[in-house]
Amino acid sequence: MNLRSRRVVSLALALGFIAVLAGHLASQTTTPVPLTVLSKDGRRQLALTLVGDQEFVGVDDLATFFQLTTREDALGALTVSYKGRSIVLTVDQPLASVAGRLVALPAPSTRAGRRWLVPVEFIPRALTLVYDTKLDLRKPSHLLVMGDLRVPRVTVRYDLLSPGARLTIDATPRATSTVGQDSERLTIKFDADALDIANPPLAAPGPQSLVQAVRVLDAVTLTVDLGPRNAGFRATSQPVDTTMRLTIDVAEAAPQVPLPPAAPAAPAPVAPPEAPPALGPAVATIRTVAIDPGHGGMDEGAKGANGTKEKDVTLAVARRVKAALETRLGIRVLLTRDDDRDLLVDDRTAVANNNKADLFISLHLNTSRRAPVAGASIYYAAFDRRAEDTANAAARIERVPVVGGGTRDIELTAWDLAQTRHLDQSRSFATVLEEQLRDHVPLAAKSVDRAPLAVLKSANMPAVLVEMGFLTNADQETAVIGNDFQTTFVQALSDAIVKYRDSLAGAAR
Amino acid sequence: MTLPRAAALAGVTAVVLAIGAAIVLTRPAPRPAAKAPAAPVATAAPAGRKIKARLFYLSDDGMHLTSVERDVPFAEGADQARELVAAQIAPVAEPLLSAIPTGTSLRALFITERGDAYVDLSHDISTSHPGGTLEELLTVYTIVDALTANLPAVQSVQILIDGKEVPTLAGHVDLRQPLGKDLSLVQ
Repeated sequence: MNLRSRRVVSLALALGFIAVLAGHLASQTTTPVPLTVLSKDGRRQLALTLVGDQEFVGVDDLATFFQLTTREDALGALTVSYKGRSIVLTVDQPLASVAGRLVALPAPSTRAGRRWLVPVEFIPRALTLVYDTKLDLRKPSHLLVMGDLRVPRVTVRYDLLSPGARLTIDATPRATSTVGQDSERLTIKFDADALDIANPPLAAPGPQSLVQAVRVLDAVTLTVDLGPRNAGFRATSQPVDTTMRLTIDVAEAAPQVPLPPAAPAAPAPVAPPEAPPALGPAVATIRTVAIDPGHGGMDEGAKGANGTKEKDVTLAVARRVKAALETRLGIRVLLTRDDDRDLLVDDRTAVANNNKADLFISLHLNTSRRAPVAGASIYYAAFDRRAEDTANAAARIERVPVVGGGTRDIELTAWDLAQTRHLDQSRSFATVLEEQLRDHVPLAAKSVDRAPLAVLKSANMPAVLVEMGFLTNADQETAVIGNDFQTTFVQALSDAIVKYRDSLAGAAR
Repeated sequence: MTLPRAAALAGVTAVVLAIGAAIVLTRPAPRPAAKAPAAPVATAAPAGRKIKARLFYLSDDGMHLTSVERDVPFAEGADQARELVAAQIAPVAEPLLSAIPTGTSLRALFITERGDAYVDLSHDISTSHPGGTLEELLTVYTIVDALTANLPAVQSVQILIDGKEVPTLAGHVDLRQPLGKDLSLVQ
């Protein structure tokens, strides 16, 4: 093939491609979106025909779909019957006669060749009167719901807050939903048969926004992609009239502190040696929480008179805390153990330290030789003065050579003194937690206290140990294994974490 | 030898040296058992001579310790400490209630020159312990305060079990270092 003939072939192919594309676009503009029919048998589509602005449906298609019989008489009328009940349509009349009663249609029925076309409103206005299953036309979303399916209309709104952002997801009629998280993606699964929702549910808010996209994953599930600046989320739902409103507040990470401008070069005195960065923790939010279910394995912990074992209750509550924090708040939760096994004290804090948890909460149950003693208490670490002095003297930044050249500053802290740097924050969290627990669960006489507890001393983040109640108190033994107590306790703990997180964000601003 | 390899070798050497130094530096304070007790061995005390000592028992509210003045046989040096602990862990009759588990016995007791007392108790203090932070605090500080509140020479107390250092009695209170006097639990 010579050069000229190759050019001709290329041109022909290009023109052909353009023609196909144009034809495709043209067909898209003239073919209306079909009606999606949702029934117990699944999802089917019913073709529509657009005449002007009016959507029509073929009576022959309806007859197939709904097992209707049709009979046309010589006078230009069409009788549509279902189980002995009839509708009479007259050509060019915007009316239907249903069992002798006239029903208005938005446009006249027409004929296209041998086919009868009726306005799509024929279905909810006329057909539903003779049919034995409810037919609910959702015209804006091109949905026809047959029978008692739960297909809530779902709308999504995105609002910027200062700081943060809010997604408001309304489901009408009310449908509950569960929010899950996988990394930066939330999934919202509705308790419904299908959703009546625009796709995409939300115009893309922009690459820098806290919510980057909301998508329809399947019939009842949405996904929400959070942006990189998010600092966790909190989901709450509440009924508003006939709507169930799910509100997802996305927190915004504190902006990075800009570096100070470079010092002028000229009259620089002999610069003092660069001060090491402050050793204090730079926590501005709570992304990861380590929950430590006390005891485990051979170490059963305290035991109640009815045989309740501390190790079992702490694990059950820890799992509930994990579920609540992850689904409601979008906080990553690490359990130091998720089964019944022995775990050394240092291995518990190692889970938190090695994963850079922002908060460490050890869950326990108390005992007393005096049976009436009851109530929860919260401990944060105590060190004797000698240990704190040692910690202050020992904490330092050390510059070490790195393999391959260069240096790196590492922070040296004695393992069993790590908590000395976080005592103020640990006390703050203990106080917030006490406030949230008060009025919800019984508190011990001295509900916040310090103690030299092994599991707290090596935690390199704010850390508390919560004694949830006394297994030696008969009432409390019954309560702590019950749903009411555990739900209330977990809710109060979640609320405390939110308040504490908010206080960190406030302090960072 | 290339520069990175030299740096790597230097790094590895430094780590090995650091670990070695850490092992040397973090060894427990010289075990009193390894040397003669600092306090002179007690001489036989005059028969029947007593001292008034504050011993500690559970308060009525169960949340605290309460101190009770009791007669304890007089002895000198570390023997006085042994007498105090023996009296403190001895079973008591109602209405007193002890935070020390029944069956606990004193195996040995030493005091270092720094004033750290090492109290070696039988395993019952751990195996018969009911657990819980509160009871464990009350148990530990019963021993710690019985010595530090009565013997000015004792600055802090470390509890050993069957001759060994233990992390905790029942999973809560850190026993890996000596604990100083703390009367905040005492009513």
